[in-house]
Amino acid sequence: MSWHMSTIALLSKALAAKQVSSRELTSYFLERIAKGSRWNAFLDVNPALSMAQADAADEIRANGLAGPLTGIPVAHKDVFVTQGWHSTAGSKMLSNYQSPFDAAVVAHLGMPDEQNPTAAGMVCLGKTNMDEFAMGSSNENSAFGAVLNPWNPACVAGGSSGGSAAAVAAGLAPIATGTDTGGSIRQPAALCGLTGIKPSYGRVSRYGMIAYASSLDQAGPIGKSAEDCAWLLSAMSFHDPRDSTSLADSGENFARYLSQAWSEPQMRNPTKPLSGLKVGLPTEFFAEGLAPEVAKAVEAGAQLLAQLGATICSVTLPKTKLSIPVYYVLAPAEASSNLSRFDGVRYGHRTAQYTDLQEMYKKSRSEGFGAEVKRRILIGSYVLSHGYYDAYYLQAQKIRRIIAADFQTAFNQCDVILGPVAPDVAWRLGEKTEDPLQMYLADIYTLSTNLAGLPAMSVPCGFNQNNMPIGMQLIGNYFSEARLLQIAHQYQQATDWHLRQPSEVT
Amino acid sequence: MEWEVVIGLETHTQLKTQSKIFSGASTHFGAPANTQACAVDLALPGVLPVLNRQAVEHAIRFGLAIGANIAPVSIFARKNYFYPDLPKGYQISQYEIPVVVGGQVEIIFNGEAKLIQLTRAHLEEDAGKSVHEDFIGPHGEPSSGIDLNRAGTPLLEIVTEPVMRSAAEAVAYAKALHSLVVWLDVCDGNMQEGSFRCDANVSVRPKGATKLGTRCEIKNLNSFRFMEEAMNFEIRRQIELIEDGGKVTQETRLYDPDKKETRSMRSKEDANDYRYFPDPDLLPLQINSAWVEQVRASMPILPDVVRKQWQSEYSLGAYDAQLLSQDRATAQLFTALVKLVGQPMAKAAANLVTGELASALNRANLMPSEAPLVAKDLAPLLERVADGTISNKIAKEIFTILWDEAIAGQGQSTIDAIIDQRGWRQINDTAALALLIDQVMADNAKLLEEFQAGKEKAFNALVGQIMKASKGTANPQQVNDLLRKKLT
Repeated sequence: MSWHMSTIALLSKALAAKQVSSRELTSYFLERIAKGSRWNAFLDVNPALSMAQADAADEIRANGLAGPLTGIPVAHKDVFVTQGWHSTAGSKMLSNYQSPFDAAVVAHLGMPDEQNPTAAGMVCLGKTNMDEFAMGSSNENSAFGAVLNPWNPACVAGGSSGGSAAAVAAGLAPIATGTDTGGSIRQPAALCGLTGIKPSYGRVSRYGMIAYASSLDQAGPIGKSAEDCAWLLSAMSFHDPRDSTSLADSGENFARYLSQAWSEPQMRNPTKPLSGLKVGLPTEFFAEGLAPEVAKAVEAGAQLLAQLGATICSVTLPKTKLSIPVYYVLAPAEASSNLSRFDGVRYGHRTAQYTDLQEMYKKSRSEGFGAEVKRRILIGSYVLSHGYYDAYYLQAQKIRRIIAADFQTAFNQCDVILGPVAPDVAWRLGEKTEDPLQMYLADIYTLSTNLAGLPAMSVPCGFNQNNMPIGMQLIGNYFSEARLLQIAHQYQQATDWHLRQPSEVT
Repeated sequence: MEWEVVIGLETHTQLKTQSKIFSGASTHFGAPANTQACAVDLALPGVLPVLNRQAVEHAIRFGLAIGANIAPVSIFARKNYFYPDLPKGYQISQYEIPVVVGGQVEIIFNGEAKLIQLTRAHLEEDAGKSVHEDFIGPHGEPSSGIDLNRAGTPLLEIVTEPVMRSAAEAVAYAKALHSLVVWLDVCDGNMQEGSFRCDANVSVRPKGATKLGTRCEIKNLNSFRFMEEAMNFEIRRQIELIEDGGKVTQETRLYDPDKKETRSMRSKEDANDYRYFPDPDLLPLQINSAWVEQVRASMPILPDVVRKQWQSEYSLGAYDAQLLSQDRATAQLFTALVKLVGQPMAKAAANLVTGELASALNRANLMPSEAPLVAKDLAPLLERVADGTISNKIAKEIFTILWDEAIAGQGQSTIDAIIDQRGWRQINDTAALALLIDQVMADNAKLLEEFQAGKEKAFNALVGQIMKASKGTANPQQVNDLLRKKLT
């Protein structure tokens, strides 16, 4: 069986029908990981531990206690700390770090125990590669090498959750977790032809997620379909008292609307399941800088939603351009502080030779951090400095509020916003590494939703002439994840972009 | 030139909570190094802070006690700097918007009540400790150790306006604040363990000037004596410096109690840029009026209220009232004692508590809350003095017997039994006293002669002899009167 072609919805059925055991599935994917090392998607695997979890999952099933996700393998971005696997966040600083506890997301998806009796029972396949401390859009900032795009190994997989996206696209994992601070779930999903969702801020616990920019970081799934993402997100979302920004009523079944029509029953039209839905296209998202093929594919996506009954209108998000400078003030500011704990004192990299404390700090951090991380620490320290704080940090916070308000104005006219995820398809490895500003511009369509805290997802909507995948982005109002997933699912019932396999993957 | 001293104090009070301000680890003092530091305190990757409600309630309680505003919304900020005992590389504190704003603390200074204005009080976490002395590294080399047991202990930093005009006044404030936070049960007040530490901002200016002089901050003063010595040294240093034509530079100084001097720790130029910004891991702290009222309802009666009550109802002096309201245990004992013996004996009760009891506690190195004698043990003592059964002098001896028995954990004798056993009942019978006096006069002819020669001192000596002959049981007032009558 080609289990790597299956959605987790199908795997769940196969497991329930005893067509396959978790042990068989897990060893199947572990073998694919071993054979698929050329993608550089994984940073750490621990087959013995994965197999032990698979056996535990099979036992749960044998005892009649299995849930929908029990025994399904999942890969975790290395930004989540895990007890049995190294937790490096893609950095040399943490290359040997072992966490004494599991991240909330890892624990809740993993094997049930006393602390997490309702855990989903999924099997951890290992930890996926990422841009160092989630800073990057191409995964080239990993201290452990770039991830290759399964659609074209000469191209980037996107970032920062590039390892998770490549793992799913290459069939090394049926689904994976990611985190998204400025597009890090949506952009690699788009570049690898996958579906991914960044939920509303506060939806998923950040406990055990190695922090990049705390007010922007959110975890979410990267999978093969909206349905798969709905299932995983449902298991990832819960109120966590250990995270003060965790929503009080976070838990939801995000799959509940998937097969329903958008509108009230009396308005239902079986051929037009999305009738009543108003889709807004922001003019700023289709302006200069967008590759024509991407624009065409996203517009075609809008047309298809219209065929399914949605009405399309034009909206405006006038401060879109400012989201880049605002993000690159606020995220580095928080990062400069969040990364201060990596000082070589208690854990992590410590330089071999030093004569005093200052030298130990300087050398440990200079050796442990990569160029992009240092760049953002410098920017962040600068904008928080005495005399610059008001001009940069405070000003950026004010514009952040205006950006959020712009979205609310747009949502007065539409239910959901549709646009591209990224200006272009995956670029060639090394193409933008010399020019960080070019790299920052690639995030233009994704940053604003993090600044506003809104949920947004990436849905495959076509390919360019080189057969590289294109993603479209759906942005919803706060806590509308179930609705976003509903729209994406209806779209995926009418299209097969999300099911296409890279020819490189066998 | 005449100089005016300007002092403001910043006091770090450790709040009495079971667990730390942002984690569940215990705050208990004295555990082996690093055994009370959890993942959050160690700042392991992925951990997040969660605010301890008890710490907030202590801050509200303090704010209400000093008549301050409780901010409906206050913000936790990160104060960024690198130090090995600061695991996150930043301290979570409150910067622009603190939880407690304004308020005042009453002090008694030079016998007069004065209000010290406070600027603010804010919540923050303590750092760990660096152990530089006598610490041997893993390879036997001299090294520095880090103990993170204290990291994350909740602190309330209480800041005054620069309103104090002498070291003595600043110490009076520190003592009043100390007794207030202990009274409120928000801090254990243990200065040896660092539960109450002051930083003093000291400057001088020519008398009459309105502009403040350049200040120096003396860090980490954890005893009232050192505090006063340090500030007085610093005042002299600054005045001498200016009078010699020099200029005070703004800096942080440390007090060396062995050399009795302050010395520079770092100048303003070397000061960190702390890059404060709101902590994105914590929501703004919201305190609604219901929460404030709930805390208000649980407040103990405040010392200044108690003092005023005692002064008006019991006619106590300000000084006695101050002494009796140093801590809640003393105040409670005094109140209970007056309740038993009646308001007319309040002054006698005050004398007993501030006198015999206080010095006995002091000698035994006990806190007032640890006193082995309670009000009902002490009440009969006052009553027997009042009804003339014993003299004050005998009362003191009986107190010592009761105290020693209580400390030794022996069964308590009743006061009346002690009086009878020892024959300490006071002789108030005029005929009996007259007999005694006659006897003493007969035995002390020389003193009589001296008195008749005009030496008033001899009279007192005779009284002394009579008291001695009665083993202290003669009523001294009656002896005086009777002797005077016999001799004139």
